[in-house]
Amino acid sequence: MTAQLQFRDLTLGYDRHPAVHHLDGAVARGALMAVVGPNGAGKSTLFKGIVGMLPPLAGRIDRCGLRVREIAYLPQAAELDRSFPINVYDLVAMGLWRRTGLFGGVGGKERERIHRAIAAVGLTGFERRTIGTLSGGQMQRVLFARLLLQDARLIVLDEPFTAIDAKTAADLLDLVRRWHAEERTVVAALHDIDLVKANFSEVLLLAREPVAWGPAAEVLTPDNLLKARRMCEAFDEAAAECAA
Amino acid sequence: MLYDSLVSPFLEFAFMRRALVGALALALGAGPVGVFLMLRRMSLMGDAMAHAILPGAAVGFLVSGLSLFAMTVGGLVAGLVVAVLAGLVARLTELKEDASLAAFFLISLALGVTIVSLRGTNIDLLYFLFGGVLGLDDQTLVLIAAITSLSLVVLALIWRPLVLECVDPGFLRSVSRAGAPAHVAFLTLVVLNLVGGFHALGTLLAVGLMMVPAAVARFWARDITTMILIAVAGGIVSGIAGLLFSFHSGVPAGPAIILVAGALYAVSVIFGRIGGLARHMLPRRHLEA
Repeated sequence: MTAQLQFRDLTLGYDRHPAVHHLDGAVARGALMAVVGPNGAGKSTLFKGIVGMLPPLAGRIDRCGLRVREIAYLPQAAELDRSFPINVYDLVAMGLWRRTGLFGGVGGKERERIHRAIAAVGLTGFERRTIGTLSGGQMQRVLFARLLLQDARLIVLDEPFTAIDAKTAADLLDLVRRWHAEERTVVAALHDIDLVKANFSEVLLLAREPVAWGPAAEVLTPDNLLKARRMCEAFDEAAAECAA
Repeated sequence: MLYDSLVSPFLEFAFMRRALVGALALALGAGPVGVFLMLRRMSLMGDAMAHAILPGAAVGFLVSGLSLFAMTVGGLVAGLVVAVLAGLVARLTELKEDASLAAFFLISLALGVTIVSLRGTNIDLLYFLFGGVLGLDDQTLVLIAAITSLSLVVLALIWRPLVLECVDPGFLRSVSRAGAPAHVAFLTLVVLNLVGGFHALGTLLAVGLMMVPAAVARFWARDITTMILIAVAGGIVSGIAGLLFSFHSGVPAGPAIILVAGALYAVSVIFGRIGGLARHMLPRRHLEA
């Protein structure tokens, strides 16, 4: 197995409080992995660590040669300003940033790729619509089209199917499967256990500490899920220093 | 008749031509900067920074009188210092940025007026507060034109990160390091344009040709390019009409320019194609699909 990501005794958190505590393990290149756990389990925190937005409190993340700017990352609550006057085409085109940079031109070949990405998420005909006029599901499709153009080896999706309807989720899941078929590594935080069981081969069950990590059927047992749910959500303000 | 009232003032009087050149150059540079300020919800920040220029320019005045160079450098330094300080206070303390800016601009205004009064007369104070668009000399015109040219070039260079930082800063951070330098370059442009505007319109109105045309443009355009074109056009119309209004009625030129911009704004609020009041009040029947 060639690893794409390696966590070595990784602790991530805020103000010295760990949100992900002593995580060890590796994500194989080309893996399709779901991260599951209750709210506050540290899923988003782990992802921020993976994409380099949050430096570890202890331990380290080895991205195996990948630079953080080569990772495609879809955050849970994108800081996107929906009232900004920009249309679907221009927003999707931003996915080509790594190719075009600050000044690179967008030629015929790039335009073709942008149109194909918009078609792949089923939004052909929406190119000139401003993003403020889109529904929540359409907006998520736009963000997936941008991810498509980023053409990344590692794709990190934080709750990508929350608050969108079943049809949209199914369409976007098709894209995730396509990425998997192209041997890209996909890591996604999800809370729909059935969806995870049906589509993801590998699961990390996280409750601040890793509860279980492995094949979906072995990880998502009632026992393990109960254990994860018992996790204490609040930080203990009077917690002592971690000895481990 | 029309020619006499609209064109001949500019043909006959050199001070009117200079004022016109100054106003047009300001509109061209400040318009696009204003649109970005508005889209980043920093409209009031522009106002605060315009006042922040005052103590710096006043110190320049204290040291070397009404010297263009001293007042410009003083204004630039003060504007940038306040921009950085207000950002720091907001980031490091519990105070939100708007409150911290309000504090800074009131202090700056009071400090500036005090410093000017130490040495100057009430006439000087009026110049500081409302500018002297009818008294622009060659040096000042060159300064304003240079600031405008620089603004347009820099905006073209930082266009992509600037747009992306407005619409999706998280994504920009994940693909590029250009966000922070673009932001600093942009803030510098804001201060530069305000210093240019300060000489023509004074500390109280310098921000007028920046923000009012931008607010007008918001009511007429859905995409940012059109918005910027409308803001520039609005600024130009305000400059020309304001100067003529001032020439014929005898009201001060700076306020007249901003008043015309204000009239455009009022019309836009009521009749604007995008979100104007008339559209709300008189809704047309809904469409079939």
